[in-house]
Amino acid sequence: MSRPVRIAQLTCGAEYSGVQNEIAEAARAVDAEVFYPDISLRDLRRDFGSFGLNVKSPDLKLAIARAEALVTGKVEADAVFIGSCFRCAEAAIVRTELRRYIHMNSTLPVVSYSFTERTTSGTLLTRMEALTTIARRRALLAREEQTGITMGVDSGSSTTKCIVMKDNEIIGTGWEPTTEVLRSSDKVVADALEEAGLTMNDIEAIGTTGYGRFLIGKHLNADLIQEELTVNSKGAVYLADTQHGPATVIDIGGMDNKAISVMDGIPGTFTMGGICAGASGRFLEMTAKRLGVDITELGPLAMKGLSAGVPMNSYCIVFGTQSLVNALAAGSTPEDVAAAACHSVAEQVFEQQLQEVDIREPVIMVGGTSLIQGLVRAMGELLQTEIIVPHHSQYIGATGSALLASGFIDRKKE
Amino acid sequence: MAKVFIYPATSLMLSDLVARFGHKPLGSALSVREHIQAGGFDSPPLQITPEDPKKGLHWAAVEVPSGVRGRMSLYGPLIEEAEAAIIIEESDFAFGCMGCARTNELLIFLLKQKGIPILELSYPKSQEEGITFVASIKAFLAGLGGEEA
Repeated sequence: MSRPVRIAQLTCGAEYSGVQNEIAEAARAVDAEVFYPDISLRDLRRDFGSFGLNVKSPDLKLAIARAEALVTGKVEADAVFIGSCFRCAEAAIVRTELRRYIHMNSTLPVVSYSFTERTTSGTLLTRMEALTTIARRRALLAREEQTGITMGVDSGSSTTKCIVMKDNEIIGTGWEPTTEVLRSSDKVVADALEEAGLTMNDIEAIGTTGYGRFLIGKHLNADLIQEELTVNSKGAVYLADTQHGPATVIDIGGMDNKAISVMDGIPGTFTMGGICAGASGRFLEMTAKRLGVDITELGPLAMKGLSAGVPMNSYCIVFGTQSLVNALAAGSTPEDVAAAACHSVAEQVFEQQLQEVDIREPVIMVGGTSLIQGLVRAMGELLQTEIIVPHHSQYIGATGSALLASGFIDRKKE
Repeated sequence: MAKVFIYPATSLMLSDLVARFGHKPLGSALSVREHIQAGGFDSPPLQITPEDPKKGLHWAAVEVPSGVRGRMSLYGPLIEEAEAAIIIEESDFAFGCMGCARTNELLIFLLKQKGIPILELSYPKSQEEGITFVASIKAFLAGLGGEEA
């Protein structure tokens, strides 16, 4: 049995928010353990002073000194979890700067999170899973080519996707709205196999990801069951052909959004979570419905409109829809409203989530929402860069899974 | 005997001084002990559960960070109980450390609101200042009544 992944905890307020046990439990669930890096009082005074961020809270000073101990190698760890109370401005500054500092000065994977007393181990699980995967499976994540015949299935909150790959090429695809998890999975698997002209017996290895990964992983007897942060970033740089050097992956999903800062195909820092439905793919679905167009038509419609004249920037899907209805009632064109909805979602993801990672070009947008051109344009304008949307971007999780699963073919043969 | 809130609330030296001069120190040891001696051990190391920040709503609004409210659920009852307070400002980490600056501001404010006798001192930086420091605390505690050590 492999040793547990050791995750260094740099937090302020976790014990007093009543979430310490949730953090530890999330780590235990992925065979990891959290620990506080031990430092001496002398180190605390010196390291905090040398970092140069003169915060008032001693627990934040301690977090800074602990980060220095990790970067200089005085304390060894496999990964880092940085956390502080939601709504604390002082801690937010420290959290951001420590994340950046560790990311730039070490190879340790880092995740940062702002918690409340309502944070549960379930919320933290995917983040902890991603941290342990990066720490434990670097060799697997370094894979750049797909070999043999493999399948990847992504059971997402809105849609289920399947990809069949052979010798580094996609030969079959399946896509369905997620209803009953296993039934949706069976359908996309059958569709992808049919398109590929293969049967299940031809598949040499299977990878699953997404919310339903454990259920369908067991159902399909998958070789790899993996959270979507590592899988999506791997799939994104693979499809965008940017496997070397830095990249940023943005995935605006139906239920949550992901922003991942990647180096050589391996995530360094990442953020994940729903802000509110007003900043999700779900809001764009609502917008399309209200405008009486299919979701596939929303992007081209938005490209013809201008967002500036339509006030819309609500985190809440109800208030967002209200703005939409008001704008239409005031005479705004469907094109302008569509553009405003795209800009609203992009702006909130930019303000709320992209501040949590270091944006480094190229920026790659993936997931179903990356097919909505208006959203990609709005994000590009906010980030002032040209965004890459690779082919099969809506199949990103399934592709990443199929790619990584091929690493298991040789192991099986052995 | 007076109940004296000590700040930093984690200071063992300050707690000892207050007890030596015949008063009851109100600090972290009291409230944390109560938590960790309660049945079960669900949330190590302090046994603070998500219920505690909710209790903290009594002293801080919901938009105040959960860590502040969790801390206030420990210190709030002690502040309400306090009949006097000793506040040491800018103390050394080794003397006693209160992790969150926002909580510290709030609890000092609440202590001052009570209108109880408060001794405010700066942490001594030399031996001479140290002697004056202890003498000031002794005089303050003596003024509250109670037995002398």
